[in-house]
Amino acid sequence: MGAGTVHCMPSLPTVRTILRVHGIGRRFAGVAALDGIDAEIRAGEVLAIVGENGAGKSTLLKILSGVLPPSTGSLEAIDDHGRPHELRWRSVAEAAQAGIAFVHQEPSLADHLDLAGAILLGREHHRLGWLNTRSMRVEAARWLARVGLDLDPSTLCGSLSIAQRQLVEIAKALSANARILILDEPTSSLGDREIERLLAMLDELRRSGVAIVYVSHHLDEVLSIADRAIVLRDGRIAGTIDRASMDRATLERLMVGRDLAQTALRPSLDDAPARLVVDRVISAHRQRHPNSLTVKRGEIVGLAGLVGSGRTRLLEAIAGLGHAGGSITLDGRALGTTIAQRVASGVAIVPEDRARHGLFTPDPVSTNISMAWLPRGAHAGVIDRAGERDLVAGMITRLRLRPANPARRVQTLSGGNQQKTMLGRWLSIEPSVLLLDEPTRGVDVGARHDLHEAIRAAATAGCAVLFASSDLEEVLALADRILVMHDGAIVGEFTRAQATELAIMSLATGGALEAAR
Amino acid sequence: MRKHWGLLGLFLLVCMVTALCGTNFLTAYNLMNLVQRTALFSILALGVGIVIGTGGIDLSLGSVVCLVGIAVPWLLIEHGWSPWAVVPIVMAGSAFIGLAHGLLITRLRLQPFLVTLCGLLLYRGIARWMTGDQSQGFQGGFAELREIAVGRIPLPGLDTFRLPATAIPLIALAVVVALVLSRTIWGRWLLATGSNEAAARYSGIPTGRIITGAYVACSLLAGLGGMLFIFDVGSAQPSDFGNFYELYAIAAAVLGGCSLRGGSVSVVGIVLGTATLQVLRNSIILLGLGSQLEFAVIGAVLLAGVAADELVRRWHGARLERRSAL
Repeated sequence: MGAGTVHCMPSLPTVRTILRVHGIGRRFAGVAALDGIDAEIRAGEVLAIVGENGAGKSTLLKILSGVLPPSTGSLEAIDDHGRPHELRWRSVAEAAQAGIAFVHQEPSLADHLDLAGAILLGREHHRLGWLNTRSMRVEAARWLARVGLDLDPSTLCGSLSIAQRQLVEIAKALSANARILILDEPTSSLGDREIERLLAMLDELRRSGVAIVYVSHHLDEVLSIADRAIVLRDGRIAGTIDRASMDRATLERLMVGRDLAQTALRPSLDDAPARLVVDRVISAHRQRHPNSLTVKRGEIVGLAGLVGSGRTRLLEAIAGLGHAGGSITLDGRALGTTIAQRVASGVAIVPEDRARHGLFTPDPVSTNISMAWLPRGAHAGVIDRAGERDLVAGMITRLRLRPANPARRVQTLSGGNQQKTMLGRWLSIEPSVLLLDEPTRGVDVGARHDLHEAIRAAATAGCAVLFASSDLEEVLALADRILVMHDGAIVGEFTRAQATELAIMSLATGGALEAAR
Repeated sequence: MRKHWGLLGLFLLVCMVTALCGTNFLTAYNLMNLVQRTALFSILALGVGIVIGTGGIDLSLGSVVCLVGIAVPWLLIEHGWSPWAVVPIVMAGSAFIGLAHGLLITRLRLQPFLVTLCGLLLYRGIARWMTGDQSQGFQGGFAELREIAVGRIPLPGLDTFRLPATAIPLIALAVVVALVLSRTIWGRWLLATGSNEAAARYSGIPTGRIITGAYVACSLLAGLGGMLFIFDVGSAQPSDFGNFYELYAIAAAVLGGCSLRGGSVSVVGIVLGTATLQVLRNSIILLGLGSQLEFAVIGAVLLAGVAADELVRRWHGARLERRSAL
């Protein structure tokens, strides 16, 4: 990381506000993604926006850059003479006119254009329609130098690395007279050296009076470059911190919000008996490698790996969806082959795609929760309706489902509450094996904490938990043991103590186990 | 019940207009006839309603009505079999037809529309071939057996109106189907399968068996309906008996609020939808509109009903959205 490598202090004596945000809010299908946001963006300042997944960062960025209109509130641009102009925010073009430029995470430049063409796209130098290539290249060279790129303006964009593309995108924004530069996770696909250079370049831009809005998951970067940080939580501003009082602990506390109850220490699993034993299982999707794994009673095992590494297929094969070979035993007994038989013996799967594979959407929360429990609570096929009501009410309380209304249609719930409904469906059968695919994707921080707690509680009660997640923080936070998949096969194993994000990533991308450790 | 106010209003409107503008609508004979037809067609519509609940469709039931309806007098009269053998055999045959549909749809993963379209052609062809395309009837025999369909049960306090006997099996079936759908796991599973088949499978529901079961139930009810229809009319031509009955049944189920996407079935709606269609057919004749117009009127009413339902739902949805946005 580039932490500490860029030394910088707010250097401008006069801080001038160039964009004011008043009470911005945004709702999607009745759910507030953003609520009552007030902020000032100042020239010559790096404003960091931090927050957990789902805190509303991307919604705020979209509103700032004119992609989404806000539901409530207003934005005011202040020009060089100190006069405010209200922005109607009907288009990205209006945002660009106000000097706001958005630099995407993974810039999409037209591959066939040369750098001069890409930077001056839409503002080409021409005479009666004939391009003046030479003068374009001269101007482009100037902007390239500004962002510290030593490239010939006639280079084709297709040959650039992602880091270079990002800088070209910034050059493009600067050439269009951008006064506010919005960067969304600019370092997510960069190496350490590239990050250092990017941060140094941003520092340079700040000194020249450009306002920079910087969104990142990496607090190290934020601490090293930001003059101020806005912390978003559940769509609201949890706090605005100046450089003087900014430290990692404060940011983290604000991001997570409530003092999340410290997780009880996980019990020792040394003596726990094996519960789920998967022996050389092959999934039906022409998976090449047979995979074997064991999950102990009460253990939480995380499956890490890149998208497409075979985590979902392995989980589905264990659940009885497309299991093509190898044996699976639960407490020493072989499992049946169909998913219906496996569910009956206590295997539960919470699929990755809630809408397609999980929820019965016109239906209320109650029937969605009770669906798997029904056969257990039925006498000769007749549903125990009083039992069903009690079960649903209990599950809503236990998982802190909001709103706590069993008749609420499930599609009107937030992602977190939908995920709680899915988990509730399976917790209600007190499963022996709980398989979860991306257990907290698209879920806000509070719900994520509740879901993790419920998963830990299930494990403590003796359930064998196996989950797959692309979110390494989640894997490290939740798993007792971590298995890494690459290209359809389990390629390595870490205990919680051994594992680091770096080591897991290295294995997941095909590195060797020894090197990773 | 609340979602059926619109349909109930339509039903009462058609009844009132016919009673006021036409003659003979409120005579006991006409009313008995209407109840009889409603009962017979409702049995078919209940069956197809179950299949529609799984998100499927059954186009073959008119031909199943024909095959069973022709086979009963053919076996009894032409071959001289005992009714004790014929009734179980035709019911088992109907169940087998449904089982074949279900297995082709769930195991071979053929589309319900295709499978049952082939069934529509197949069973009528078999019925016509088997009888040499000759009209089949009871020739005045088996009067006791036919009482199941043509019998009229006197009601206390009413002189001229007596309840058609077919209302009894309809009421029994409607209650059973309604209870199974709302109170048993199979009903829940059936609706869950129709609402989101993948999610149902992920929840451990044996979706293949549920869907197959629905087609068996549908064909069984079509077979039962075919038997009652032939008992009612006495004799029939293999070439036209049961023609378009599948469309009456599907139209009634859709009018009664069953979504063709699956996941929702209403027994009350199905019976009310059937009654509305039968009253409409009746009123076309009583009002002297010309029976040629029958299909056009039914088509127009069905289209208007479905469109109105969709508009109300959207308006309601938008209102919910607005309310939750406040």
